[in-house]
Amino acid sequence: MFPSQFEYLAPTTLEEALSLLAEHAEDAKVLAGGQSLIPLMKLRFAAPAMIIDINGVPGLSHLQEDRRGRGYLRVGALVRNAALERSELLKSRYPTMAAAAPLISDPLVRNQGTLVGSLVHADPQGDWGSVLLALEGEVVAKSTSGERRIPATSFFDGPFTTVLRSDELAVEARVPAPGPRSFGTYLKLERKVGDFATVGVAVSVSTERGVVTRAGIGLTGVGPANIKAVDAEQALVGHRLTGKAIQQAAHLAAAASEPRSDVRGSADYKREVVRVYVARGLHQAFDAKAA
Amino acid sequence: MHRSITVTVNGQSRTAEVEPRMLLVYFLREVLDLRGVHVGCDTTSCGVCAVLLDGVPVKSCTMFAVQADGRSLTTVEGLASNGQKHAVQEGFKEEHGLQCGFCTPAMMLVASALLEENANPSESEIRWAISGNLCRCTGYQNIVKAVQHAAATLNPQPASGRTT
Ligand code: FES
Ligand code: FES
Repeated sequence: MFPSQFEYLAPTTLEEALSLLAEHAEDAKVLAGGQSLIPLMKLRFAAPAMIIDINGVPGLSHLQEDRRGRGYLRVGALVRNAALERSELLKSRYPTMAAAAPLISDPLVRNQGTLVGSLVHADPQGDWGSVLLALEGEVVAKSTSGERRIPATSFFDGPFTTVLRSDELAVEARVPAPGPRSFGTYLKLERKVGDFATVGVAVSVSTERGVVTRAGIGLTGVGPANIKAVDAEQALVGHRLTGKAIQQAAHLAAAASEPRSDVRGSADYKREVVRVYVARGLHQAFDAKAA
Repeated sequence: MHRSITVTVNGQSRTAEVEPRMLLVYFLREVLDLRGVHVGCDTTSCGVCAVLLDGVPVKSCTMFAVQADGRSLTTVEGLASNGQKHAVQEGFKEEHGLQCGFCTPAMMLVASALLEENANPSESEIRWAISGNLCRCTGYQNIVKAVQHAAATLNPQPASGRTT
C-alpha cells in the first residue's frame, strides 16, 4: 500500500517547524512516531499534501520531572513509548502511567510511537487519553504566536478530533505528580497484544489520613472519545476507600460509559467490564500501596 | 519530488533517490533487493517487516524511507558476519525455531536486539520481546528455545535469571 504523494519537510529547529506549520497549516500533518499517521495514510484515510517530520527537531525528547510546587512530569513530543515503559521515574512516582506504558500496542510500535502523538491522534481507543484525563494532565501547544496549555479535560473534541489548531504543535504533555499518599494503575482488556483496547481503565487516587482527596478515572474504548468518569470520581472524594465506596464508584463509571457493540464485544459486556475493572483497579492499586 | 537519502544498511553506505511516500520496507526490498525483509499484513499488525533502526526493532512498513536518512539499518542479511552465522541464527537452526520461515527474519532481528540489551533473558522476557511478531506455524515454543539457545551461546555463564 502506498500513501498519496506528499511533500516531505524535515525542519531542524522548533522555530522552523512552527513557521512551516503556520505557513501550511491546513495542508500539513506533523510526523513524530508515525505509528497512527502512517497506517492512516496507507489506507488513504489521510492524504496530507505535506508532511512535517519533527524527528530532527532538538528539545522534544525530555522525560523529566519538574519538582516545583506539587511537581509535574514533562513528556516531550518525541519521547517514545518504549522510554516510558522503561522509566524508573514513572515506576516510582507515576504508577498509572507506568502501568499503561507497557500495554500500548506492541513492542515494535512502542519503539517508535509517542505519548504526545497518541494524544493528538485522539483515537477513542487510545490509552494515553484516558490516563491524562484521570491524572488531569495537560498538553503544551506552541505556534508562531505563542504557547498555550490545554487541560486534558478540554483537549479532546470527539473521535480523532482535538482543540489543537492546525498551526499549533503539541510539544509536551504534562502530568501533575499524584503525591506521596496516592496510588493508581491502568487495566486493559485486549484480544491480543497490539490490538486496540476492548476496554481500558485508568485509575488514580490520592488520600489524606485515609480519606480520598482526589480521584481520577479515565475510560478507553467505550465512547466516541476517552471518557472521564466524573460522577464516579466525585463519589470517592471525601470518603474512605471501603469496598462499598469502590463498588459505588464502579457502578457510576459503568453508567458513564457509552460502549458500542462490535467485534470486540457487546455494549453490555463492555459496560460490565468497565464496572469490574474500575473496582479491580481501585482494589489492586490500594492493596499494592498498603502492602 | 524525489529526495536523495544515504542510509547505512548492514554496514554499507547506500545512497538513493526516493519518493517521500516510499515505505522503508519497499526501499529495502525493491531498491536494495534485500528480500529477507518480508511484507505480511502491511497494516502495522504482524511485525514480519521488522528491521533494526540504529539497533532498535521497528516496523519497516510503518516508516518512510526518507526517515531513515543518515541512520543505520540492519536486516536479516546483515546478521551473519564473516561467513559466521549469528548466535541467534544458530539457535533457530538447532532448536527448529521455524517452519515456513516467513516470520523468521524479523523474529531473529528482534531476538538479537533483545540479547544486546539483556544477555540472559527469562522466558517471559523473551515472550514479551517477541509479542509484536506473529508466527502462524510454530506456536512460539521453539522460537523461545532458539532464543534461549542463542543466549546460552553468547553468555555461557550459569543462567540464574532463567525461569524455564
Ligand atoms: S507487514 Fe509490517 S507489521 Fe505486518
Ligand atoms: S515459521 Fe511460519 S510464520 Fe513463523
